[in-house]
Amino acid sequence: MTQDYASQIHRCFRCGYCKFPTDYSSLNCPSFRRFRFDSYSTGGRLWLIYAWLRNEIDWSEHLAEILYACTTCKNCVEQCPMKFSTDIVDWIVGARSDMVEKGRIPPQVARFFEAVHGYGNPLKLLRSDRAAWADGTKKYEPGDEYLFYVGCLGSYDENGQKMARSLADVLSAAGVSFGILGNEEECCGNEVYMLGEMGLFQTLAEKNNQQFKELSVTNIVTLSPHAYNVMKNNYHQFGADFAEYHYTVYHYTQLLYGLIKENKIRLSNNKAKVTYQDPCFLGRYNQIYDEPRQILQSIPGIELVEMERNRENSFCCGGGSGNFVMDLLAGGKDSPSRARVREAHDTGAEVLAVACPSCLTMFTDAIKAEDLDDKLVVKGISQIVKESLSSK
Amino acid sequence: MSDIYATLQEIVGKDYVSNQAEERYFYGRDPGLMPPHEPDYVVMPRTTEEVQEIIRLANKEKVAVVPKGAGLSLTGLVIPQIGGIVMDMKRMEGIEVNEAGRYVIVEGGVTHAALKSHLQKNYPHLRHSIPDSPPIATIVANAVIHGQGRLTQQRGFNSDMVSGLEVVLPTGEVCRIGSCAVSSYWFSKGPPMPDLSGLFLGWFGTTGVITRLGMKLYPCKKMRDVMLYITDRAELIPDIIRKLSHTEMMEDIVVSCAPLPLRFKGVFNMLVYITGDSEEELEFKRKMAWDALREYFESRDGGFMGVSPYMKPSLLAMPSKDTTRFADVSKGGGFEYSGPIAPIEKYPQYVKKLEELASKYNLFYSSAARVIDGGHSMMFSFSYTFNRADPDTMNRAKTALDEAAEFALDEGGVIWKPNLNEQRMVMERMDPNTLKLLGKIKQLLDPNGIMNPGNWEAK
Ligand SMILES: Cc1cc2nc3c(=O)[nH]c(=O)nc-3n(C[C@H](O)[C@H](O)[C@H](O)COP(=O)(O)OP(=O)(O)OC[C@H]3O[C@@H](n4cnc5c(N)ncnc54)[C@H](O)[C@@H]3O)c2cc1C
Ligand code: SF4
Ligand code: SF4
Repeated sequence: MTQDYASQIHRCFRCGYCKFPTDYSSLNCPSFRRFRFDSYSTGGRLWLIYAWLRNEIDWSEHLAEILYACTTCKNCVEQCPMKFSTDIVDWIVGARSDMVEKGRIPPQVARFFEAVHGYGNPLKLLRSDRAAWADGTKKYEPGDEYLFYVGCLGSYDENGQKMARSLADVLSAAGVSFGILGNEEECCGNEVYMLGEMGLFQTLAEKNNQQFKELSVTNIVTLSPHAYNVMKNNYHQFGADFAEYHYTVYHYTQLLYGLIKENKIRLSNNKAKVTYQDPCFLGRYNQIYDEPRQILQSIPGIELVEMERNRENSFCCGGGSGNFVMDLLAGGKDSPSRARVREAHDTGAEVLAVACPSCLTMFTDAIKAEDLDDKLVVKGISQIVKESLSSK
Repeated sequence: MSDIYATLQEIVGKDYVSNQAEERYFYGRDPGLMPPHEPDYVVMPRTTEEVQEIIRLANKEKVAVVPKGAGLSLTGLVIPQIGGIVMDMKRMEGIEVNEAGRYVIVEGGVTHAALKSHLQKNYPHLRHSIPDSPPIATIVANAVIHGQGRLTQQRGFNSDMVSGLEVVLPTGEVCRIGSCAVSSYWFSKGPPMPDLSGLFLGWFGTTGVITRLGMKLYPCKKMRDVMLYITDRAELIPDIIRKLSHTEMMEDIVVSCAPLPLRFKGVFNMLVYITGDSEEELEFKRKMAWDALREYFESRDGGFMGVSPYMKPSLLAMPSKDTTRFADVSKGGGFEYSGPIAPIEKYPQYVKKLEELASKYNLFYSSAARVIDGGHSMMFSFSYTFNRADPDTMNRAKTALDEAAEFALDEGGVIWKPNLNEQRMVMERMDPNTLKLLGKIKQLLDPNGIMNPGNWEAK
């Protein structure tokens, strides 16, 4: 995982290929796009980490901010021409975990960990309110086909809750047997992992795995690509005894597209010009590009238009690595979410469809800041599907 | 000192100045082998007026100013030798194309990436000469160091394609150079008037900051292809180049050699690029290339090899990522090259030296030689990798490059984008009156010696 970054990190040539998408049309590293100093690019970060490891520079809050302004979006992994490219984000996470171990992190990051540790969510909201959105949605019982893992934003954030509510309604309408964990749900830990708090991550992963096992969960459907990613790719390292116990994780767009194909969801006309944001943890992390688009294209009346940067070249909303709460990249027109909603607006679309509650919250704020309220609306795919459900 | 910081903030806004250790660390280095030296400030101006104000401040406070593009020249040209201000140009990113006149005016920080994608999107029938440096490299800096790109075989150095300049002089005045000094059109950097662009191109930012630059654009044909010619006889390369360039039909000609993969050891790969608006045009050019080299095919001294569909996209890519990948072949994150501009007839001697030095200093090598201006000269790179985590390989590579530079000069070449030591070597050999002229020009333009001090200092 992260251990050997110190012996490899000098290999970055600071060539800057990682600053771009494939066609070089714009700057695609969100933190470099936002701050413009080379220190905030991937190469800047890797060189500064190396300097810190060699005691050529001291730790400072500025250094830590540079490190934590990375949203772990993986554009660099996609674009770096070197053989080590797949390891870049692991190197950054490795350096963060060293900073965490030494207790040297920015205050916003420390607050994020405290909140997750104390409240089970980074928003510092009460555990007893986690299922307040659910309004009668049943709890998971052994034998249910799917555990609907809602996640922190789906549970607490006003916009995330709409996304969660819509998904629950669509699943019910399609006759899927599912349940939620309610107030017993824990934070998935994806951000905690990316921010380098490996001890806390292990605790979360073990707790969740334990709970899944006790309830004999076999299929998990997640609202958030972040939860999907961490459960699919990182949980196996902790807790669950996989010799006897396995579960399969789906992102909800995979499940919905399957249901549409099987005719279990019927869709009626919903005339709109829509563009779609590929979430980093669905796209670049897990190569799920088609299903969300196929869902949108299955809805009669929807015209799907692409933003200039899409699929593996998509531009991050700026919310990754806990930044949907900490927002280290906020401020002014150059913040990634604002740049991205302008790009969405340029397509002529009236709806910006998202498959991730963190994109939903970032873009909702950005649309206000850009004064695009009456021109562009951001909606979760589950919300669009719910609106389009055929009453027949 | 803090007054300077506050004034810089007033000029460009607080988000675009730093005096923090992290920016000073990063901007005090480049990816090559020159020793680091940190700036006191890094500043990112947005407009020509802001550049002027910074230069006036620097004159008043007698602090150095080093303009910086992407810092990819590899020879330390943006390392501030006595500290001061590094002026990162990247926020000056305006692009204005004159389609009918076939030129573009770019601001001082426009990257090759940005221009390439702007043309592809808006003017697909036009192109510029793209170098193989990573795409973040800037158009202006590449012209400032007399770079070479995909059109250099046909059109000369990228600086030969410049069609006008706007410069902030070291004393703060803005000055226009070329047709744009008297007209609203940027079609010529000098002729029919005295060509003053020579006061700025090749000077590494020591005579002013270029804030806008006109660059000629050329027809972008609909199709492009690459042919691979191989021979194991270095002594034939000059004649092969002569024959190919005689056709006046090749877009670009690059000869490369490296010890790995083993099947290529001792073999010279010549990449010959052609363009056309139809398959017939391409086919005709292929035939001309074949005919030009028939003699060597018949004597079994060389021949064209098929290029697999797997290899083709990377060979046709602009820029070529393979050039950059060389930095990681020894898993050390570094390479540097000494790149003399040299007579093509010297190719065999240069290759021999390249290999000799690699073996003497136990280094991994490669070389790419690009033909310049229809065969009047070539850029020959002596490229060696080093491991950034191993000071010993860095020292060995540095020594090898120094020796390569001496050798190249002895053999009639002139060092391209020379580092400080190589500049010294060049100036030691320079005609004394030429050297004096260099010094007088510099003194006249930059009386306080604030611009990129250390470079081209004729003492
Ligand atoms: C892998 C690799 C491949 C390369 N291949 C090529 C190639 O094919 N062809 C080629 O030509 N080069 C090549 N290079 C060398 C170099 O990267 C390029 O020439 C590049 O264009 C330099 O641009 P830059 O923005 O990095 O310049 P910098 O290094 O930032 O600057 C170069 C010089 O220009 C000065 N300068 C910068 N901006 C201004 C300004 N606005 N006004 C006045 N002075 C200024 C600087 O002070 C400095 O002296 C290659 C380099 C690498 C690493
Ligand atoms: S991470 Fe890769 S692409 Fe980015 S600067 Fe380093 S070597 Fe270049
Ligand atoms: S993961 Fe994204 S934000 Fe982080 S360095 Fe790479 S491109 Fe930049």
